[in-house]
Formats: sequence, structure tokens, C-alpha cells
Amino acid sequence: MSGLILPYTSPDAGQPSSLHPDYRSTVLRSPRQAPLVIPQTLTEVTGPSDWARLMGPAMQDLTTQHKGAPQGQRIVVTGRVLDEDGRPVPNTVVEIWQANAAGRYIHAKDDWPAPLDPNFTGVGRVITDAEGRYRYVTIRPGAYPWGNHKNAWRPAHIHLSLLGPAFATRLVTQMYFPDDPLIEIDPIANAVPMPYRQRMVSRFDIGTTVPNWALGYVFDIVLKGRDQTPFEDDHDDDH
Amino acid sequence: MTTTTDLESRNAAPRQDSQDPSIFGQTPWQTVGPYFHYGLPWKGGADLVSRSDMGARPDLMPPEHFLLSESNLSGTPQGEVIEIAGSVLDADGQPINDAMIEIWQANDAGRYASLDDTREDVPLDEHFIGFGRGSTDKGGVFRFRTVRPGRVPGPGNTLQAPHIALSVFGRGLLKRLATRLYFADGEGNETDPILNLVPESRRHTLIAQRKPDGTWWLDINIAGENETAFFDL
Repeated sequence: MSGLILPYTSPDAGQPSSLHPDYRSTVLRSPRQAPLVIPQTLTEVTGPSDWARLMGPAMQDLTTQHKGAPQGQRIVVTGRVLDEDGRPVPNTVVEIWQANAAGRYIHAKDDWPAPLDPNFTGVGRVITDAEGRYRYVTIRPGAYPWGNHKNAWRPAHIHLSLLGPAFATRLVTQMYFPDDPLIEIDPIANAVPMPYRQRMVSRFDIGTTVPNWALGYVFDIVLKGRDQTPFEDDHDDDH
Repeated sequence: MTTTTDLESRNAAPRQDSQDPSIFGQTPWQTVGPYFHYGLPWKGGADLVSRSDMGARPDLMPPEHFLLSESNLSGTPQGEVIEIAGSVLDADGQPINDAMIEIWQANDAGRYASLDDTREDVPLDEHFIGFGRGSTDKGGVFRFRTVRPGRVPGPGNTLQAPHIALSVFGRGLLKRLATRLYFADGEGNETDPILNLVPESRRHTLIAQRKPDGTWWLDINIAGENETAFFDL
């Protein structure tokens, strides 16, 4: 049985440490001891694949969940979910949540004085196709202040959650937008060293825009790959 | 007059992004932040056995924005129904009321409902997926209703003791913390290949104890004296 276990790779140099004191909440919420290295077993290399039964059907348009259209710049976000060897990860769920155009979350604990939008919840989920592609429609979220330090502002971002094929491939990340000056001064984004931080920045893509309707951004998401991959041609992706 | 730069060959600094092959690799982790409750936990996400709202926090969003779908349970799974619960605590021992926990486990027979568990001699349970997700409550407590998992194989010819894989997420957690829950009376705990890699002095941080009401209780200490043993995944 154990002969069938193909472990997934370890975190690479671009993964943040649990403790990043510039992001103050990490100080009391990070382990002091190094994580224990264990061999991956069937538990770690398996994961749920029946996502629709778990969490319900896809919701790929975040702009049509209420009576009217939400305020803000309508955008399309698309891309592929790949493993580290560039292979598509098909039939995997990408969960999405975000603030509205004014930078406010529909959450009881977000009470900064920016307007709520009755037509925008900011939640969605999509499933990748056979080529690992996903696509959703939303509005561009606004930046917002937070209490980490004096005059702290989060750059505009969309939260993304992926299960991938296994317990070991779990990923929660945030997608940022190109040319946002707040990324450089954000403690959460800066927990990731350069140049890896740029892996979280989407690309404006004129080909993804929908004329007279929505701007477009491309964002590929890369999950851990298998540690011992069978030999195959290492063909590059087209971007 | 001379220029200090060669205007003809001057290029803007390259802007790297997710689509740049030169930095291709694992997308970095970021925190779920404090506002995930309307986005991540689905209704009944913490109830793997029956229909309920376990795991969701409808108190944290207006009802018209409680769009989370309900899990589509098809029936009652085989096995002993159990509840697992515990407090999530920070380095000062304070409860974390904005954490999220996920679980992943085998069914009663010891089979994972996963494409990558191909053992046809161990039965699947069509009513059991084995994945759950729940928020901690106002007091920092997580709770799941599930079935007690069967044993699954480990490295070599070993057999693992019954266990539930567990991930911790939250504001201030830049990446998930992965650990396991074992049962105090679990068959094979003494010989479990993973538990035996945990220093003996820390092994108790993975072993749930049975409360008088039947709940299997395991606190998760992010840091501090009884820091939970987390795994490098």
C-alpha cells in the first residue's frame, strides 16, 4: 500500500514564516517550535474530490447575487490552477471572498465608515475545467484601513481558497492587482520575500476584458507538485 | 551636453507577476484574515453526519448575505457518531474566536473518499465524504460531528491508529497549521508511525480525551507551554 504513496513537495522559499512581527497578530498566533517533519501517508496525499456535494454548486458571478448591480468596476478574473510541474489541476474548487468596491466587507466586525453595498456580498466559488482553467466575474475590491499600525492600509485583494487534490496541497492566498503602491508597504504581502511576492500579483490582460462591459485580469495559481514525478517532457506553459 | 543614460536602450524595470515564467512556483500562502465567515464555512460544514448549521456563524453577517450553500448529504454514514471539540488558544492562552478548523478523515472502514485512495478491498461509504470545516464560536471553541475513523495504512507495513487530520486557519496565521487528532483509547496509538515521531513530551497535544458528555476534546495551543505539535506540510 505504502508503495503507492507519492508525497507532495515541501513548502518552497516563497512561503511565509508563521511569525512575521510586522504583521502584529502573528506574534501571539505563531508556534515557537519548528514544525515536525513527518513522512506523508495516505492521510496527507488524499483529499476530497466531491466538492459540489460538500459545499454546493458553483457561484461564478458575484455581480448577480442580488436585485441590482453592485457599485464599482466590473472585472473578469481568469487563469489556471497548475501544479509545480506546470500540469493543470482539473476539477478543483477555488473559493473566493472579498470586500466591496469601497473596501468594506459584509461582516459584522468590519465597521469602518465606508459604504456597504446591498447588491454585493463578495462570495463565490468556481471549479477548474480539464485544463485547470477557472473564470469568475466580480467587481474590483477597494483598499481599506486596518489597525496593524498607524495609517495602515491593505492593498486591494481578493481572498482565494483552494483544496487541490490532497490534504497536503491546501492553499489559501490573496490575489493582488498590478501597479498597486500599497503592496510594497503591506505587512501581510511583505511576509513573502521578493521575488516570490510577485507570484500573488495578477496581470491586466486586454484579451480577458469584455468590450463595453468588464476589465480583465489573469492569475495562475500554483499548488504543490509531487515530490517524485515520473519523467515527462517538461513543456512550458504558454505564459 | 551629455546625457547620463542611454535613452535609446533604457527600459522600464521589469514588472514581475503571477504570469511570469521566471518566478513560476508555489503560490505563497496568505492569512484568511478576520472576515472569512461569510465566504468559507458552508452550512453544516462541521456536521459530517446530519443536516444542521454547525460550523457557520450567521451572527456575523446580515441574513440576506448569508449565501453559503448547504452541504448535500445523502444519508447517514456507517459507524460510531462522535463529536470532537476543543479550544483554539493563542500564546497567552487566550481563546481565538476568529479561527477556522478543517478536518479530513477516513470513513468507518478506514477508506478515504478520494480518487487517490484506490484500495478497492476497503469499502467506500456513499454517505460520507470525510472533509469538514467550521469556525470557532464566540468562546474560541470548534466542534464537529462526524464518525470515528477506521485505521488506515502507514509507511512500510504499518497500520496507523485512528486519527483525524486537522488544519488551523485564522487572522494572524499566515499559513495553515497542520496537526492530527488521535483518540485516548485509540487502537494502535502505541505503535502509530506518526505519533511515534512526535517527542514523547508533546504527544499528549495530539490525543483527544473523552469528556463525561461523550465529546472528544482536544485543545489546540498555537504556542505556549503546551504548544500543539504541528507538522511540516
